[in-house]
Amino acid sequence: MSVITASATDPISRTFGNRLWRLARRNPTMLLGGAILIFFVAVALLAPLLAGDPMLKVPTRRLLPPSPQFWFGTDHLGQDVFARTVYGARVSLIVGLSVATISVLIGMTIGLMAGYYRWVDAAVMRLMDGLMAIPAILLAIALVALNQGSIGIVVAAIAIPELPRVVRLVRSIVLSVRELPFVEAVIACGARTPRILVLHIMPSTIAPLIVQATYICASAILVEASLSFLGAGVPPETPSWGNMIASSRLYLARAPWTIFCPAIALALVVLAVNLLGDGLRDKLDPRISRRM
Amino acid sequence: MLSYIAHRLASTILVMTLVGIFVFLLLHFSAGDPAAIIAGDYATPQQIVAIRQRLGLDDPLLVQFWRWALRVIKGDLGVSIFSNTPVGVLIIQRLEPTLSLALLTMLFAVSIAVSLGVIAAWRVGSLVDRALMGFSVLGFSMPAFVVGYSLIYIFAIELRWLPVQGYRSLADGVGPWILHLILPTVTLGLAYIALIARMTRASMLEVLEEDYIRTAKAKGVTTRTMLMKHALKNAGVPIVTVIGIGVALLIGGVVITETVFNIPGIGRLVVDAISKRDYPIIQGVILLFSGIYVLVNLLVDLSYSLIDPRIRYR
Repeated sequence: MSVITASATDPISRTFGNRLWRLARRNPTMLLGGAILIFFVAVALLAPLLAGDPMLKVPTRRLLPPSPQFWFGTDHLGQDVFARTVYGARVSLIVGLSVATISVLIGMTIGLMAGYYRWVDAAVMRLMDGLMAIPAILLAIALVALNQGSIGIVVAAIAIPELPRVVRLVRSIVLSVRELPFVEAVIACGARTPRILVLHIMPSTIAPLIVQATYICASAILVEASLSFLGAGVPPETPSWGNMIASSRLYLARAPWTIFCPAIALALVVLAVNLLGDGLRDKLDPRISRRM
Repeated sequence: MLSYIAHRLASTILVMTLVGIFVFLLLHFSAGDPAAIIAGDYATPQQIVAIRQRLGLDDPLLVQFWRWALRVIKGDLGVSIFSNTPVGVLIIQRLEPTLSLALLTMLFAVSIAVSLGVIAAWRVGSLVDRALMGFSVLGFSMPAFVVGYSLIYIFAIELRWLPVQGYRSLADGVGPWILHLILPTVTLGLAYIALIARMTRASMLEVLEEDYIRTAKAKGVTTRTMLMKHALKNAGVPIVTVIGIGVALLIGGVVITETVFNIPGIGRLVVDAISKRDYPIIQGVILLFSGIYVLVNLLVDLSYSLIDPRIRYR
């Protein structure tokens, strides 16, 4: 997306402000993504200070349009859409971060083993092929629908279909790194295999994994919202963006704010995480960044 | 070539076996006893035991799996718990809307995405290129239901140009059929277009740097022939690959798009089955969609040598 220039860091320009300014000039979209994301994280953390009770139902204030009192209006149950949108950020961000962390950690462990031990490789990769053949949303739907929806189940159901991508990425890096002379040298020095894997091979996987983690986070937030929307996500009364859109869908013509407020929030967060991912990829993994 | 096809077929069968095991175990170990669900809320324990025996739910796992797999291979996907109709029949009843939506979307998305990608690569850095890259990030970030409701709101509710929801069978005439499918197709196609356009652009950029492109330009080939014949054909393999991989995106999107637009297709079938916990339907649809996905990607693999004769299989 953006042009990569060799970073000649002269010591004078190393104050925080200067670095931020350089980043903004070189990679404005990444900074924009980061800023939007920080805003939503702050909103999620400060939710109780910013908004009223997201669960409070007042029948006399149903389907009110946005006003100074209710910034985003109210829904068909008389709930404050602003409060629910603010609290919805919590669900989305928790799911996004947990799925990214869990699938990257587990995927990295499996990938390291598969790349290093031939006997693990064949079995694991076939298993991953099988897992990849099932469309992610359907697998997640099945996992959630058959085990009472809770945030934990939703996180697991989204993380499992993401595993094969992480495993394949890590494995391919291990396969190329293990042939390099420095690994041979470490083996010759008599280092034990776990030490080689963790101290000498794993570091090469970190940068691509950080990039991958942001994309997984974005896709997890999307899938969580889709699951909630289909009625296979977090419990229906929980204020999550997908739930809000699903429960308001009959009121699209009468009260569009009940759908578009959570929808815009959702699209903004996913966009922010994707922009951050693109920026990180340009910075950390310049090989692929030139073209994509 | 023949041995390659045999090898790919064998691995496809292996993958489908694994999918079968996943799907079987998934539903076997999930919460909720199917016998209790069938029996209803007021059943006595004896009735539940009787149903368990009738369905063979007390047999060893391996026996149950073997019995189930044999039936599936014969094309019998079981019987829906609620409507008591064979799952295969239910799927066939709902095939037309889903097939219409999916095929129309593929046609529409691939033609638009490839043209956009070619133009963006040809005029790299231009306004068109930057607009496309911006759009593709947006396309990845917008959930299908957000796109769908926005389109309904603008084009059906405010402008009243298109029908809000629903589906008309092709038997009722091409006009109403296509009118009802315009918004769903755009909704479903957006992420797919973003994916393919990005890959087309990347692959074309690589090819356009090759020496033979310069040669082609130097000998006076028209831009059109240069782009379409010399470049696009050589950039084809990654593009076709991503079209195949993207089918997964399409399958997930079909479920959501059919829900948003109230289209009575296979996606609705599975969503309705979730709330009723109709296990055989969920199993059947996952198997079907996974099978289609695996098959499409097998065909994509085999098509490489048609696109690029330099690729020889051993």
